[in-house]
Amino acid sequence: MQRIKLNPVRAILTVSLLLLFSRSAFSQDDLLNQLQEDQKPVPVSATFKGARVINGQSIETRDGGVMEVVIQHRFGRVNSGVENFFGLDEAYIRLGFDFALTDHLTVGIGRSSHRKIYDTFAKYSFLEQKTNGGSPVSATAFLSASTDTQDPPSGVELEFRHTMSYVGEVLVARKFSPGFSAQLMPVWVHRNLVQTPQDVNDVFALGVAGRQKISRRSALTFEYYYQFNNTTESENYNSLSFGIDIETGGHVFQLHISNSRGMIEKEFIADTDGKFLDGDIHIGFNIIRVFQLKKKGGPPKPMDDSW
Amino acid sequence: MKTINIIILSLLLPVLAHAQNYKSTESYIRFFSEAPLENIEAVNKDAVSAFNGKTGEIAFSIPIVGFQFEKSLMQEHFNENYLESGKYPTATFKGKINGYDPKETGFQDANATGKMKIHGVEKNVEIKGQLKVDGDKVTIKSVFPIKIADYDIEIPKVVFYNIAEVVEVTVNFEYAKN
Repeated sequence: MQRIKLNPVRAILTVSLLLLFSRSAFSQDDLLNQLQEDQKPVPVSATFKGARVINGQSIETRDGGVMEVVIQHRFGRVNSGVENFFGLDEAYIRLGFDFALTDHLTVGIGRSSHRKIYDTFAKYSFLEQKTNGGSPVSATAFLSASTDTQDPPSGVELEFRHTMSYVGEVLVARKFSPGFSAQLMPVWVHRNLVQTPQDVNDVFALGVAGRQKISRRSALTFEYYYQFNNTTESENYNSLSFGIDIETGGHVFQLHISNSRGMIEKEFIADTDGKFLDGDIHIGFNIIRVFQLKKKGGPPKPMDDSW
Repeated sequence: MKTINIIILSLLLPVLAHAQNYKSTESYIRFFSEAPLENIEAVNKDAVSAFNGKTGEIAFSIPIVGFQFEKSLMQEHFNENYLESGKYPTATFKGKINGYDPKETGFQDANATGKMKIHGVEKNVEIKGQLKVDGDKVTIKSVFPIKIADYDIEIPKVVFYNIAEVVEVTVNFEYAKN
């Protein structure tokens, strides 16, 4: 048995050489890995394809300078029979213009043929989901006011304030994967005037929505609003919709089926009279055309003139 | 005494070797497609890079979502449909710069060879560019073509704008000693 003699100088030399090698090896092999740690949190884009999931809003707002023209159709009930061509004989229409004033604030106006309702809204995205340690969800606030301009039944006198309704909503969404996104939205709907004394003026609801991409340019969508406190003598059901988004360049087509026929929150959330399982289903579509009214700041300039 | 010197030197060496590492302080990546209907341009200032002045090794990483277009919809299509930034968040290059004299000041021609990874597809590439070493600062610039089909990026025929089959990419980095 021979004892190993430890020379302190040699030991230090060996250790420092080892350190040197390990350090330089690290700095060479992992040049790219080091960079990954330097990545800043980046916002997640396109959680939903459209600014509307189906009837209701999505967290999406457009970049400043973009205008969207929204043409919405809802046909009659599918179970209204062949003499009504499964509802296609009669359509409700909403024509809308959404203006993105900034990257976070969009305002819009719209007019529905049903009850001749004019609606306005403001939508503000105040939280963005980000990768690399940023916020796990995106959130948007939505406020809307609408006025029903249909003539009241004869003998009924209405003041302007009686025709008004308001909506407040918070939308929270997460893009779980490039294909799948989900959204939760608590909503408050206030009607200044309701049909009967039994009806509540304020309806509270919770919406849930999702989308699953099935190709790079199409996705399946789903939307459901649960009402907590709507008491009314007329038929009233929760709104349930299924749809498909198809994107073709500057257009988005959204085709869907729903037991709701109204296209604004006050109508589809608080005033849906069709029962989905009884076949009270409306075929509908949204066509969204995007216009870039004002170009974005454009590509940033090079670092300095010497480039 | 001699041994002590060696010890001190070997202790210092890792520090010296480390001091040859450069990290990017500014970046400018541009993508330019020239097509009859419309020229498409996007610029990204969020890229990061590291450069080893001793070995010439270089790596850079470009976050795809950092590309800024004039039209928002184009930017969304670029991310969602073409580059699929959700699946492939960065474009990277890892390689080595050859053929330059580290003592020379001013811009000089240099070659970079290595692996370019875009849209999850890795290719061996050789890029011509220019490099300037100025004390603690290093600057590189390069303009080179990329054939988008090489990286399995599909551009459908029926889109309302056209993208050239070969796009021009500009890569500029400014480094400081780490």
